[in-house]
Amino acid sequence: MPDLLLELFSEEIPARMQAKAAEDLRRMVTDRLVAEGLVYEGAKAFATPRRLTLTVHGIPARQSDLKQERKGPRVGGAEAAIQGFLKATGLASLDEAKIQRDPKGDFYIALTEKPGKPTVDVLAEILPIIIRTFPWPKQMRWGAASAKSSALTWVRPLHSIVATFGIETEEPEVVQFDLSGVSVGQTTYGHRFLAPDAIQVRRFDDYVAKLQVAKVVLDPERRKEIILADARQLTFAQGYELVEDPALLDEVSGLVEWPVVLMGSFDQEFLSIPDEVIRATIRANQKCFVVRDPKTGKLTNKFVITANIEASDGGTAIIAGNERVIRARLSDAKFFYETDLKTKLEARLPKFEQIVFHEKLGTQAARIARIEKLAAEIAPLVGADPAKTKRAAQLAKTDLLTEVVGEFPELQGLMGKYYALAQGEDAAVAAASEDHYKPQGPTDRVPGDLVSVAVALADKLDTLVGFWAIDEKPTGSKDPFALRRAALGVIRLIIENNLRLKLKSVALSHASTMTSYDEGKPADLLAFFADRLKGQLRDQGARHDLVDAVFALGGQDDLLMVVRRVEALGKFLDSDDGKNLLAGTKRANNILAIEEKKDKRKFDGAPDAALFKLDEEKALAKAIAEVGPEASAAVAKEDFASAMTAMAKLRPAVDAFFDKVKVNDDDAAVRENRLKLLNEIRAATRAVADFSKIQD
Amino acid sequence: MDSLPPHMRPERSFQGFILALQRFWAEQGCVILQPYDMEMGAGTFHPATTLRALGPKPWKAAYVQPSRRPKDGRYGENPNRLQHYYQFQVIMKPSPPNLQDLYLQSLKAIGIDTALHDVRFVEDDWESPTLGAWGLGWECWCDGMEVSQFTYFQQVAGVECAPVAGELTYGLERLAMYVQGVDRVYDLNFNGRDGADKVTYGDVFLQAEQEYSRHNFEHADTAMLFEQFKMAEAACRKYLDAGWKGGKREEHLMALPAYDQCIKASHVFNLLDARGVISVTERQSYIMRVRELAKACGEAWVHTEAGSAA
Repeated sequence: MPDLLLELFSEEIPARMQAKAAEDLRRMVTDRLVAEGLVYEGAKAFATPRRLTLTVHGIPARQSDLKQERKGPRVGGAEAAIQGFLKATGLASLDEAKIQRDPKGDFYIALTEKPGKPTVDVLAEILPIIIRTFPWPKQMRWGAASAKSSALTWVRPLHSIVATFGIETEEPEVVQFDLSGVSVGQTTYGHRFLAPDAIQVRRFDDYVAKLQVAKVVLDPERRKEIILADARQLTFAQGYELVEDPALLDEVSGLVEWPVVLMGSFDQEFLSIPDEVIRATIRANQKCFVVRDPKTGKLTNKFVITANIEASDGGTAIIAGNERVIRARLSDAKFFYETDLKTKLEARLPKFEQIVFHEKLGTQAARIARIEKLAAEIAPLVGADPAKTKRAAQLAKTDLLTEVVGEFPELQGLMGKYYALAQGEDAAVAAASEDHYKPQGPTDRVPGDLVSVAVALADKLDTLVGFWAIDEKPTGSKDPFALRRAALGVIRLIIENNLRLKLKSVALSHASTMTSYDEGKPADLLAFFADRLKGQLRDQGARHDLVDAVFALGGQDDLLMVVRRVEALGKFLDSDDGKNLLAGTKRANNILAIEEKKDKRKFDGAPDAALFKLDEEKALAKAIAEVGPEASAAVAKEDFASAMTAMAKLRPAVDAFFDKVKVNDDDAAVRENRLKLLNEIRAATRAVADFSKIQD
Repeated sequence: MDSLPPHMRPERSFQGFILALQRFWAEQGCVILQPYDMEMGAGTFHPATTLRALGPKPWKAAYVQPSRRPKDGRYGENPNRLQHYYQFQVIMKPSPPNLQDLYLQSLKAIGIDTALHDVRFVEDDWESPTLGAWGLGWECWCDGMEVSQFTYFQQVAGVECAPVAGELTYGLERLAMYVQGVDRVYDLNFNGRDGADKVTYGDVFLQAEQEYSRHNFEHADTAMLFEQFKMAEAACRKYLDAGWKGGKREEHLMALPAYDQCIKASHVFNLLDARGVISVTERQSYIMRVRELAKACGEAWVHTEAGSAA
């Protein structure tokens, strides 16, 4: 079966858009083919800086004919209806229609056959539509044609198109279509500098081969392999190691059609700048890789360039040029770094009074003061050194006003650590500058040093309480202040460090320092934490209904205890005792719900022992009387496993009760007493969780 | 090119470098203009670009424009940052299909051989909030250094470009430093001579950089500048209002003088910004005010003879 080759040759496509564009092209063309009844065998798309290419193989040469049957008006129906039917079906007269009988009478039926079109004609229809509606993130008009509003738009000027269709053994056909005068045919071009001449291509196989000869590596994966292998080899040969950087590799592979890897170096003196600053400088501005010494793990004064040409001098001029730029950039970075070192971090604090954090939440200075206060409150609760915590909180944000962070915002926190160490701060204080931002996401590291933990909690809780106070909560997919991430960070900090923290009282006390203070908001914030915790536990494979069952008890703001209780509950419910007790409790709940509704009353209050008629009633009452206090005592000692073991003792009594006792006794007093006993089961189990929230 | 005396060669002299670019673009049919006689932040502000980019009439021009960036002054101490530097600006409307090739040929004309140097087009979408303008294009890199800006204007002064103009901006000092092989802008050979006859960029501009840095950061009279901003803004509006022929919004007769006041307001704002007397929130509103002037000028321009189809 025939294949399609499509190449859209343009001026340089932004590197970050190439992969998605290739995928969009594949999806749009193949979707339309399938919609046209043309099922293909395979498709693959590629991108280089100057071309998007698609190959679709095994497409039928033409659509199959389409038979259609269409029911018309009743025989002898209104003239207008008959005319409408003829027009819609394209029949010349009723003689061409068939008559079909069904229970409602005789009807005209039109049998039409729509002949399938040659695929090349279908392509000629769909390709221009796809090109005109292509979803580039940004597109533009160009040239003389752009005087008209109907002008073609593309990511950058589109110069020519290759569109061929045919089988391997024959000359392919060009898919003929008009697209604002862009030439469509079999001509493409090689590398911009190394082989700029026109190339005639037939189909995908010779296309790839001819491009390769013309110094174009079509497949971005192949370009990445070349860059990575050459860069590793080049650095290894000198006894070094490439600092790999997949995002940078993606980008540079989208900037070249013919990757040529070269190595340059810079003056040793720049190695006095922190490695991260060197890397950020070289990466962001020059899109070059940095190199480390495997013996020390530190950067060396080398870098790796990916050029787009095989230079006539072997790359000497290119290396020299890049070295000059990098020298200038590193001089700037070194100057910034050294300038920063001249100012103490705390001396930067007054400047934060000029910077608004959020219109309704005051300046950055006010925010820093709040975080400092909160961190000092949290420190004793988590066992962090109070003085160090206060100092760390005071300094944690100060690097935001340094030159290096101004230049490379991604180095915030890290630079604070360097500067804090340089001015002789305690190691734990310095570490908090970097670590109080953590964890940034579900896979990010959670700090373990308690000073960092206290400041991290204070930073995140201040954000949460603050945005809650001004009603800027996340809605749906909108979470501009990353509050979900902050809450999840708090949860991970607490759980992974086994911290005991009464979140509600901490939040309440902090909220009282905010201007828009409202008692209800911290409670609502707690529910937000509960939701995040549920999500977190669900991701770890725990049952979210157990989280509900624990939170339903009310007053649960100690997240570590919630998690411990959920764990113990989960284990208990995996046991036979747990399963049966849950069943029994649910049964008691169901009966109570029905009878409470019937009698329009609750059955609370202690049952009367004098009204027990059967041994099973007495045994159950006795078991509850023992288990209740025992479980509560264990819970009070935070020994949830023992609380569950105590609960397990209820099970035989509950089972026996339901086995032998009829709750709805004819004697109203006995019935009421038994319902009260059921209520006692519910009450007893609430020592560990609200069983009614647990799903079967 | 070979007939050039050594002191006029682009790799030897800054002025030879500029002349080589002018000659190249003159060959492409551009009118070679002289710098606009007002202070402005970028060559794009020149009416030959901002206003001529609008309307259907073809236009090809190239010129050097001194660019004033008061905030970038470094008292002459930074090797490559200047508060006054030269841009070489090319505008072609409509953008010709071979504009990239022309650009590459122009590099050859100033001594950059693409068989030896790695020239790249790296995504850079251009936007000027003060001009109400945007376009798509690239930074052009030579061996990892940004040497030019290449933009297909889509909108200027709030008006859709129809047809689209292509704009090239060369950072002249940076490029010349590259081809002359110097690391400090003040070491550029300005006139291409040797020995006692040699004049460097520093001889011409170092003192100016020092003096203007003092002025821009420390002494520029802010009370006067605030007043000048208001006056320029008011004058711009006044000329725009007065320019509509017969009071009807069909034909405009004074778009250029009005636009001068917009240029003025923009530069005064840059000076105030450098003096640090404009807060973050005010900054936005000043930018908006300049943009409103630019848009009104664009609207007037497309009703003039050069800016309309008539």
